[in-house]
Amino acid sequence: MSTFPWERLALRIPIRVRVNGDTHTLLVKPWQTLLETLRDDLGLTGTKEGCGNGNCGCCTVLMNGRPVTSCLVLAPEADGAEVLTVEGLARDGQPSPLQKAFIEYGALQCGFCTPGFLMSATYLLQRIPNPTEQEVRLGIAGNLCRCTGYDKIVRAILAVARGEVQ
Amino acid sequence: MATKATFRYIGKPVPKMDALERVTGAARYAADLSLPGMLYGKVLRSPHPHAYIRRIDPSRALAVEGVKAVVTAADLPPLEEARAAFGGELMIELAHLRQLVIAHEKALFEGHPVAAVAATSPEAAEAALDLIAVDYEPLPVVENALEAMKPDAPLLHPDLYTKTLGEKPTKPSNIGMILEVGFGDLEKAWAEADVVVEQAFETQMVHQGYLEPQACVAWVDSQGQIQVWTSTQGTFNTQRMLSALLKVPLHKITVIPAEIGGAFGGKIYVMLEPLAILLARKAGRPVKMVMDRAEVFRATGPSSPAYITVKAGARRDGRLTGLYAKVIMDAGAFPGAPIDRGAWCIFAPYKAPAMKVEAYDVVTNKPRVQPYRAPGGPQVMFATESVMDMLAERLGMDPVEFRLLNAADEGDQNVTGYKYGRIGVKAVLEAVKRHPHWNTPLEGKNRGRGLAMGCWMGALLTSSSQVMVNVDGTVTIVTGQVDLTGTRTTMVQMVADMLQLPIEQVSIRVGDTSSTPYTDLSAGSRTTLTQSVALAKACQSVLEQMKERAAEALSKPDRRLTAADIEYAEGRFWVKGDPEQAISWRQVAILSRTRGGGPVVGTGTVTRLQPANQFAAQVCDVEVDPETGKVKILRYTCFQDVGRVINPIQVEGQMQGGAVQGIGWGLFEYYAWDKGKIRNPTFLDYRMPTALDLPMLDTAIVEVPAPDGPLGVRGVGEAPITPGPAALANAIYRAVGVRITSLPMTPEAVFWAIRAKTAVPQPAPADGT
Repeated sequence: MSTFPWERLALRIPIRVRVNGDTHTLLVKPWQTLLETLRDDLGLTGTKEGCGNGNCGCCTVLMNGRPVTSCLVLAPEADGAEVLTVEGLARDGQPSPLQKAFIEYGALQCGFCTPGFLMSATYLLQRIPNPTEQEVRLGIAGNLCRCTGYDKIVRAILAVARGEVQ
Repeated sequence: MATKATFRYIGKPVPKMDALERVTGAARYAADLSLPGMLYGKVLRSPHPHAYIRRIDPSRALAVEGVKAVVTAADLPPLEEARAAFGGELMIELAHLRQLVIAHEKALFEGHPVAAVAATSPEAAEAALDLIAVDYEPLPVVENALEAMKPDAPLLHPDLYTKTLGEKPTKPSNIGMILEVGFGDLEKAWAEADVVVEQAFETQMVHQGYLEPQACVAWVDSQGQIQVWTSTQGTFNTQRMLSALLKVPLHKITVIPAEIGGAFGGKIYVMLEPLAILLARKAGRPVKMVMDRAEVFRATGPSSPAYITVKAGARRDGRLTGLYAKVIMDAGAFPGAPIDRGAWCIFAPYKAPAMKVEAYDVVTNKPRVQPYRAPGGPQVMFATESVMDMLAERLGMDPVEFRLLNAADEGDQNVTGYKYGRIGVKAVLEAVKRHPHWNTPLEGKNRGRGLAMGCWMGALLTSSSQVMVNVDGTVTIVTGQVDLTGTRTTMVQMVADMLQLPIEQVSIRVGDTSSTPYTDLSAGSRTTLTQSVALAKACQSVLEQMKERAAEALSKPDRRLTAADIEYAEGRFWVKGDPEQAISWRQVAILSRTRGGGPVVGTGTVTRLQPANQFAAQVCDVEVDPETGKVKILRYTCFQDVGRVINPIQVEGQMQGGAVQGIGWGLFEYYAWDKGKIRNPTFLDYRMPTALDLPMLDTAIVEVPAPDGPLGVRGVGEAPITPGPAALANAIYRAVGVRITSLPMTPEAVFWAIRAKTAVPQPAPADGT
C-alpha cells in the first residue's frame, strides 16, 4: 500500500507551549501550523481560519506579546512561547473591556473576524493606550471584516481607550 | 398587541443576545465541529475552465493509506425530472445544480469539482487528490458575456435554448434568457426630450467575501438517516436541494444550522454538503469538509459581471420623458443571472411615461453566480445613477432637486409593471437635502461630492416560527430561521413587546429542520419583515390560549368566564370590569402543567404579503490624487428608509456594512482573468476595503412604514450596497472632471482617465516606430 510522501518521514517534533496560562506538551507534525495546533490539538476553536495565507487576520493571536497570524507560524516555532488567544481574554469570568465594548457598540455581526480583531486591538491598546482614530485604523488594518464596515469596531476600541468601557 | 407608545424593546439598541459567545470564541461555526471517527474530505477541481472529462481513474488514490472513499458524478443518483427547478432566491434548474455540485461530462469553470476524497487526515486526502487520474480534453474558453453572445461562440451547453417570450429558438446558444419589460412609447419620449444621455457601463465579477469559507460535517447513520451541520442561509432550502439531488425524502435529512461567518447571498446553494454526504455514506463515517480561500474564490458563487447601456431623456424643466436600458449579465457556467432583479431595480427610484429594459442572461466559463446582497442592484444602480448625474448636469440642475422632481411615489409604476405601495424615495431625498453633509460646502483642490440612490424590492417567501410558553412562564421562540447577523435579537425584542413581557423572560433557539416548522432562507432583506408577521400571529395565538386558560382559572361556580371576558397587560390577566380578579402570566403557565390543557404553543406563518420596497441614498466626499489616481474618501453618509427600526445598532450596522461593500465594488474589487483562469484568488490580490481605506460612516435613518405587516418593517440589508459605486463615480467626476464608466475605479483606472483627458495630443510617429 502506497503512502503519502510527507508521512514517510514519520516525524513528530515535541514542543512545549503556554496557551492562555496553561502549559501543554505536544508532539506536532513539522508542517503543522500554530493555528492547527490551537484548533485541532487543543480544541481552542475561537481562533478562526479565513484564508490560510496571513491576509485576513482572522487567526491573529498574541505570541510572546506580539500579534501573529497563527496560520503563518509553524507549530515548532511556537516551542517555548507564551500564546494568548481569544479564549484567554476574559479574566475571572469577566469579559475584557474590549470584549464588552464590542458587544455594547455592535462591533460584530457574524463574529467570524471578531477574535482576530480583539487580539489586534488588545495589542494596540497595550502599545498605544490613547490612540487616535488613524492609529486605531492602522492597528486593525491587517484584519478584514466584511459585515460592519469597521465603523463600530473603531468606535468600540476608541471607547475603551477613553475609559468609557471598563 | 402593544402600540408604538408602549413598546419597551422595539426601536431600542438591545445588544446582540449571542454576542458574548462571539467575543469569547465560544460560538460554533461549522469548521469548529468534530465528531468521533470523523474523516476529512477534499475536492479535486478542474484546472481547465472548459474541458471534456473523458475518464476518471481513482484507483491509485484509493490505495493511499487512510483513504476511505472517493466519489465522482457517477455516485449521484440519475436525474429523472430534467426540467425541475428551484425558484425564489435559488433560481437554478435541478439538472444544472446537479452538474454544478460535481462535473459530469464537462468541466465548465476553473475549480469545477470533478471528484472528492475522504481520508483519515487532511494530508492523506490531499495526497490522494494528486493520484486521481483525469483525462481532460480542453475546449475553447468563453471568457465573457459579449464573446458568449457571438453567433460562432463555442457552446457551454448543447441543450441550452434561450427562454424568451417570442418563438422558441431553433438553435442552442449561450443565452439562457432574454427578458423584456416596459411600457410607454420610447420613440415619443426621445422626440419630446430636450436632453438625451446615452452611456455604456461595465462592471466586473465581485465576490461576497465572507470571511468564513464554506464548511460542513455530514453523517449518515445505519438507518440511512442523514445529518449535516453546515454554514447555510437556509436549512430547509438546503434540505430540499439535498433531497432532490440525492433522491432521499425530506424526513430522512436533518440539516443543522451552524453559526455563519458571513454569507451575503453566497451561502444558499449546496456545494460541499452533497459530496460530504456521498463520502460519509460510502465510508460509513462522518466527513468534514472545509474549503480553502482559493476554492472559495474559484468555485463558489460570486456576482454577475455586467454590461449595461442606459439611455435617458428629459425636458428642459427636468422631467424625465423616457428611460431605456440594455443589460447583459454573465451568469457563469449555468444560466440564472439576476436579470429580473436588476430590471426591477434599474429605474426603481424614478417615474417616467415610458420605460423599457432588455436584459440578457448569458453563460460563460466562470463560476456560476449566486445572489450577492441586492443581486443585480449594484451593477444597474452604478449605470442609472451615473446617468442621472450626467442628465442633471446637462440640465444645470441640482442632483437632489432633479431626482426629487422625478422621484417615484405610491401608485407609480416600476419598469416591470409593478405598482408601488407606500415607498420612501422622496422621504430619503428630503433627508439628504436637509442633512448637514449635503449642506456643508466642500473646499479644497481635487475634491468632489457625489450622490446616488439605491434600492431593493424586498423578498418575501414563507416564514414560520413557534412561540412556546414554558411551564414557569418564560417564553422560548423556536425557529428554523437562520440568524445571519442579529435576527435572534430582533425576534426576541419583537416577541417581548408583543407579549408585553420583560425581555429577560424570552429566549430563542434556532433549531434544525427536524425540530422546527418550515421556513425559507434568510436572504433578500426578508427575515425581519416576514418574521414580524409570523411572530405576531404566533403571539396572537399564544395570548388567546393564555386568556382561555386564565378564564378557566378565574371562573367561579356561579360565573363561567371565557377568553372574551379576560383582559391582558404586562404579565397579568384580569376579568373585564373587575381588575382585582386577576391571575399572573406565570401562574397560568404553571396551570398548563398541573391542570391539564397541555403546553401553550403558538405557530405563526406567512407567505403572502405586500412587498416592502427599500430605498436608500448615499453621499460621499472624495479627494483624488491626480498624480497617482488614488481616491481618498473624506466623508460618507448613508440614508435609508427602513420602514420601522427594530434595533438601531443593527440597522446602522447593516447600512454601514452594505455601504462598504458598495465601496469595494466601486474602488477595489474585481476578478482578474487570464483565459478563464483566476489570477487573484487571495485576499492579498483580491483587495477588499480595510479600516485604513475608510472614514467613519454616518447614518441617517428614515422611517416610512411598509404598506403591510404589523410593525411597518421593511428590512435593511440589501439596498445599502447599491448606491456606492455611482456615488463615488459622481464624486470623482466633480473632483477631477473625469466620468468613469467601468468598475472598479482603481488608482490605475482613475490615473489613465485623467491622463486621457489632460494629455496633449502627440504627433503620430512617422513610420510606425
